Amino acid sequence: MLVLLGIAVVVAGFVARINPLLVILAAAITTGVCAAVAPGVGPAALWAAGVDTLAAFGKAFNDSRYLHVVWLVLPVIGLLERAGMQEKARGLIASVRAATAGRVLLVYLLLRQATAALGLTSLGGHPQMVRPLVAPMAEAAAETRDPALPDRLRFRVRSFAAATDNVGLFFGEDIFIAIGSILLIVGFLQQYGIAVEPLHLALWAIPTAVVAFAIHATRLVLFDRALARAAAGAEEPR
Amino acid sequence: MITLEHVYAVVGLMFAAFAVLSIVDASNPKRLLNAAFWGLLALSLLFGSWLGDLGNGVLVLALVLIGGVGGLGVGRPATTTQEERRESAGRRGAWLFLPALLIPLIAVGGTLLQDHTGLGAALIADRQTTVIALGLGCVIALVAAVAWLRPPLLAPLQEGRKLMDSIGWAALLPQMLASLGAVFVIARVGEVVGGLVADFIPLNGPLLAVTAYCLGMALFTIVMGNAFAAFPVMTAAIGLPFVVQRFGGDVVVVSAIGMLAGFCGTLMTPMAANFNVVPANLLELPDRNAPLNGVIRAQIPTALPLLVANIALMYLLAFR
Repeated sequence: MLVLLGIAVVVAGFVARINPLLVILAAAITTGVCAAVAPGVGPAALWAAGVDTLAAFGKAFNDSRYLHVVWLVLPVIGLLERAGMQEKARGLIASVRAATAGRVLLVYLLLRQATAALGLTSLGGHPQMVRPLVAPMAEAAAETRDPALPDRLRFRVRSFAAATDNVGLFFGEDIFIAIGSILLIVGFLQQYGIAVEPLHLALWAIPTAVVAFAIHATRLVLFDRALARAAAGAEEPR
Repeated sequence: MITLEHVYAVVGLMFAAFAVLSIVDASNPKRLLNAAFWGLLALSLLFGSWLGDLGNGVLVLALVLIGGVGGLGVGRPATTTQEERRESAGRRGAWLFLPALLIPLIAVGGTLLQDHTGLGAALIADRQTTVIALGLGCVIALVAAVAWLRPPLLAPLQEGRKLMDSIGWAALLPQMLASLGAVFVIARVGEVVGGLVADFIPLNGPLLAVTAYCLGMALFTIVMGNAFAAFPVMTAAIGLPFVVQRFGGDVVVVSAIGMLAGFCGTLMTPMAANFNVVPANLLELPDRNAPLNGVIRAQIPTALPLLVANIALMYLLAFR
């Protein structure tokens, strides 16, 4: 039971907004030391358990270095952005003549999920795409339909823009074979002597991806209707 | 034959270059911390196999102290202007996406070649094939992009460093959480949680086991803020012993959909700061400091039905 203190350290650390790297290492050492606690075990033995845990953590860290291979894409992506890839992407999305907030976000959901499934997760994201591009486009579309868009709905449109990025990313990226979560599953099962192929894990992520798209797309269509009703309501004579 | 160690060497050299370029970047007030952080990561990638377990542990401790206490800055190497990028985008068109698309194509193609052809088997090692093919794809795409665009010599490294700096210490997070998971396995945390679950919830059928596993993944992710941290615990506690071993579920289906059930939890928690809190700040939502801010409230009605769908999909697909 005492080993569950490690989980408590994680929760407390995140609540207190301490840097997650520190929290995770502290939780690991806590778990290792707590596992050694028993009647008759002295401070020296607990210190040794702490050192052993650091070594075990170091071994696992070294064994999971494959998670960094994905950063090799950054020089390529950076080079392409330098040559205007983002500007080209923006131009392509802007040329889609779908002037409702829901439809703009629907197109983005499709693009985000499809590119994430190809491993191009860095094509989206909140600082790079949502704030400068997706949210303003959706907001502009909503304003065109309803010039008197109330603040409540304006912030709702922005929230939906961020939510759409997350849904597209989460349920697209797992179709790509070399993404962190797939590699984590492979590494974890390896510790139990179970060998699985990343490609097979990626295949079984597809059904959920389809359902996620269907659910979120339906909500975007319903959101468009809610916006239209609000606009019609505002136009009625008082 | 190309092995994982070769790919590690290339990645390590890239991080070593980031470290050196960080030292001379006067635009970054924390340039020495950045250099030390990326330098230590380069050390891990290049020589990790020779450092010993405790040596690697001390290396992690140093990385955590630099990234968690000192903090990293963001370098701003010289780059092209907005106008130059627009002009280049207009001139080069959609071809700009091609090198980026080469990477996943080579990653998938290389994996298939290794599996099914003699040439592929001779070229790429059969352990961690996908990762090796991904590394190969990046190198080939970079060579192609440089040959086509003819940028200044250091531009790929400088652009890569800028992106790496913007990711910062978070780049270490998945690896840290994977290692925490390993410590949890050694300390049998999963079994303790599994014992608690088994004591309090009767897992006497595949549907109940699948439901408990998926709900556990989502709940634990809400607490931990990350499905990566929940996955080793819940899979060791319920997924492997109950769904897979007792009821005979397919381990690939169970682990793939289990992770996605965890992602439903990520959509509903303020602990997942980079997905749910950062955008609320960036978009200046009035309720951005509330535990359930606008972004999370916009996501919950997608996350809950999707969680139910994951339970149904796992039940239907894992016991075919």
